[in-house]
Formats: sequence, structure tokens, C-alpha cells
Amino acid sequence: MDLFVQQTVNALALGGTYALLALGLAVVFSIMGLINFAHGELMTISGYTLMYCGIAGVPFVISVPLAILAAMVAAVAMERIAFRPVRGGSGATMLITSFAVAMILQVLFQNLISARSQAVMLPPLLSESLRIGNVIIGVNKIAAIVATVLMLVFLDRFMNRQKTGIAMRAAAEDFAIARLMGIRANTVIAGAFAISGLLAGVAAVLWVSQRASVDPLMGFTPVLKAFIAAILGGLGSLRGAVAGGFLLGFIEVYLAAFLPQELQEFRDPIGLGIVVLILLFRPNGMIPSRVLGSVKV
Amino acid sequence: MTRAPLLSAQGLVVRYGAIEAVRGIDFSIHEGEIVAFLGANGAGKSSTLNALVSLVPAAEAQVLLGGEEITDVAPERLAPMGLTLAPEGRRVFGGLTVEENLRMGAYGVRSAEKREAAWDMVHDLFPILYERRRQFAGTLSGGQQQMLAIGRALMCGPRLLLLDEPSLGLAPQIVGQIFDLIALLRERDVTLGIVEQNVAMALEVADRGYVMAGGRIVAEGTAAELRQTDRLQAAYLGGS
Repeated sequence: MDLFVQQTVNALALGGTYALLALGLAVVFSIMGLINFAHGELMTISGYTLMYCGIAGVPFVISVPLAILAAMVAAVAMERIAFRPVRGGSGATMLITSFAVAMILQVLFQNLISARSQAVMLPPLLSESLRIGNVIIGVNKIAAIVATVLMLVFLDRFMNRQKTGIAMRAAAEDFAIARLMGIRANTVIAGAFAISGLLAGVAAVLWVSQRASVDPLMGFTPVLKAFIAAILGGLGSLRGAVAGGFLLGFIEVYLAAFLPQELQEFRDPIGLGIVVLILLFRPNGMIPSRVLGSVKV
Repeated sequence: MTRAPLLSAQGLVVRYGAIEAVRGIDFSIHEGEIVAFLGANGAGKSSTLNALVSLVPAAEAQVLLGGEEITDVAPERLAPMGLTLAPEGRRVFGGLTVEENLRMGAYGVRSAEKREAAWDMVHDLFPILYERRRQFAGTLSGGQQQMLAIGRALMCGPRLLLLDEPSLGLAPQIVGQIFDLIALLRERDVTLGIVEQNVAMALEVADRGYVMAGGRIVAEGTAAELRQTDRLQAAYLGGS
């Protein structure tokens, strides 16, 4: 039972991080139909910001907001420089552009910083753990869960109560008509990228605080997982992205914890098999997007 | 009429690839008027309205709104200039509540006073929308969605409101309600351009009309004149 509680906490922490990343992908996809594979590089930028802040002796409480801000600025710049010129292009054009952006950034990190993994200085508190009954929970896990909940509440409020947030939901449903209402395309799209940067930045801080290192390809794996989570939840659906992120986190952590030893090497294929199985029954994901819900796969 | 029109279009051409949907038409709408665009399916009526609000690009045209050139203006700048459209098929934001849809209609309106005046007018015209303001727009009936689409367009306080097929897909009784509403808008001096398949109803509320066929205007005149012209019938039967 204790092991189960322990692993559930781990699953919530990992699933929360996937949820934030999947949400970042979904916000941009729902508005401009772009699957931004360079989302992972936003995480890497945050990771390097944390690293340099650590080297410069900047206190962690300041370096965290700086790292998140760096991802937001990078996201908005990415939209302005790379994606705006291909806006309105086909999905394939935008997808290839996002791969190009990701690769260019990876090469820049490798050549300008280092191809190797770099240590990130973290406050000792993050590697401590709390004992609650017989369950030992890492402070970084608690921080991840709390940060995820705060971000989801913030995003929910923003999308449902703020004029810009409501405009983003309107634009996600029908961009042409939203523009007719006076909603500026540039504002909405830049807003979507800023939010995706914010989510990638928070996810990066959580990711790095579990690993204490950063490398040029750091963002690749989590964003690939987030992409799977977004598909699992229903591509373009914000609630779906969150649900998919948590579900994927649970699948991964529970398989790692409870799969018999001899099957552990098949953990990833079994996990993806479960994802495929879910998609067989729900081809448009668990909570399909209202707009894309009728798309047949 | 000698005064300058509120909207005038010269040589409007709309192309979809090789197909020319609208072939160089001229028309105008004066302040306080209701102007109907009539014709069979594929005559180019909706393309005309969509080109006015930049939903589809006009290949060639000179469009003036209140004397100001709006031909290549981005769609988001038109609502603040006073031109908006309640599109064909209603296209309300189904995942937003009725109130949120209306708030979006007033997105570009800076003055709180103007927003409140528009909200009061919409509340007055559509009490049902006020009752259902917390409901998701996607759950409204077709007639209510059409009211919401018109209400949403009215929220920006337009000088000219374009209605694209407001009766399409609605039950006859509801169509009557929508046209009663259009008559009410007329009493409030809202200038309207309407594309409509229901010719009898459209000519009942309109002051003037243009009959389109094959992307061209084949007849124009007052509603009374158009009721008598056989060009109208010819346009619907496919002649020009």
C-alpha cells in the first residue's frame, strides 16, 4: 500500500509535467494548427538559464522566474521570426519549420555551450524528502505537483475570465470569425506562444529539479512524450492535453513500479501499446477537441 | 439619391483558383437602407459579402466605407471601423457561453459606454439570449444561434451590418421571427446588407435590391420594382 501511494505521488509529479508540456503544445495547435516540435528547445533554454544563473550565483528564487521568462521570450521570438512567415501555410510546412527551428537551436546549444550534459546547481532543499507515515516523498515531487496545480488553476482562470483568454478560445474555434470581431490575429497567436513558453518554462524547472543537469537535447524526450499525451487526450483539446499528460505519467510510473522484473525491458513498448489500445477505442482521443472532434482518423 | 453612399464597391472580382465567382460588380449601400442581394445558389452573393469583410480576398476592387478605402484592410480592423458580418451558417463560438460570444462581438470596442449601450440593445432585441447567457452557444437551437450571430455582430455597434443567409436551415416559423427582427433593426436605423434565398421575405424588409446571376448583377432597383421584374425570376431559373 505504501509503495502504491509512493508511486502515485511519483505519477502525479511526472504526469503533471507531461500535462504542462502537452498543454503548451495544445494551446498553439488549437489556434494555428501547428505542432511545435521546437517546444522542447524552449525547455532547454530554460534549463540553460537555470545553469548560468547558478554559475553566476543568482539565488534560486530569482533564477526560476528568469528561466521561465527566458522560455516565454524565446517562444514569442520563435513565432515572430520562424512561424509568422509561414502562417496560413499547410500543416506540413509548419511542421517542417518547427523541426528546423528545433534542429538549429540544438546545434547552437551544442556549439555555443557544450555538447555534453552540464550540471545545474540546485538548492539542497530540493533533494530532501519528507516522511509522511511510512511514505517518503521528495520535496521536488511535492513542488512539481503544487506547481502543476497552480499552473492549471491559473490557466483555467485566464482562459475563462480574461478577455484575451476568451478571445484565444474563440480563435481556436473559428479564427476567421474571431478576426471579424476585431480580435487581432497577431495578439492571439503571440499570446498562445507566450503561454506555451510559460508552460514549457515551468515544466523545464520541474524537469531540471529532478535531474540537476541540462544538455542540448534535454527537451526532446519530454516533448515527444507530451506529443503522445496530447494525441491521447485529443489533439487541440486543452482538457484532453491535461488528461493525456496525467494518464501517460501514470502508465509510465506504474509500469516501472509494478511490472515484473523480467518484463521491465519491454516497459516502453507495453506503455505505448496501452496508448494504441486506448486510441483504437477512442480514435480522436479521450476528450476530443470540439472543432476537430469530427475529424476521422 | 445624391448623398455619398455609406458603402460603395467598384469592379469587385472574387476568384477561387480558376473560377471567377464574382465578375466585376458595382453596388452601393446608403445609410439607413436595407439592401438585399438576391439570386440562385452560386450566383456570387455570399462571395460578395465575404469579400467586403476580407473573409475571402477580392482579386480586384475598390471598396469605400464612409469614403475610406477598405479594400485590403485586415478583417480585424473592420469591426472598429463599423463594418461587420453575421456569417452564413451562423458560426457562433459553440464552446463559449452566450455571454462570452457577445463579449467577443464587442472585442474591438474601447468605450465601456458604447459596450453597455450595445449590450442593452441586444438584451432588448433578444431577451432569450439574456436568459440563456450562461449556456454554451453550441447547445442553443438553430434559431437562437442565428439570433446570437446577429446579436454578436450588433455588439460592435456597426454602421453597416451584413447578414449572410439569415434564414438558412431554419424552420418557417423561426424564419418569420428572424425577419420580424430585421424589421425591428430597421426601426432602429441599422443599415443592413442581406444575402437571402427567401426572396419574398427579403423584398418585404428591403428598400432596394441587386439580383445576381453567374457572378454579375443582372437587375437592380427598389424592392417594389424588383418584385415586378422578370429578371428576378430568370435569375433563379438559371438565365441571366
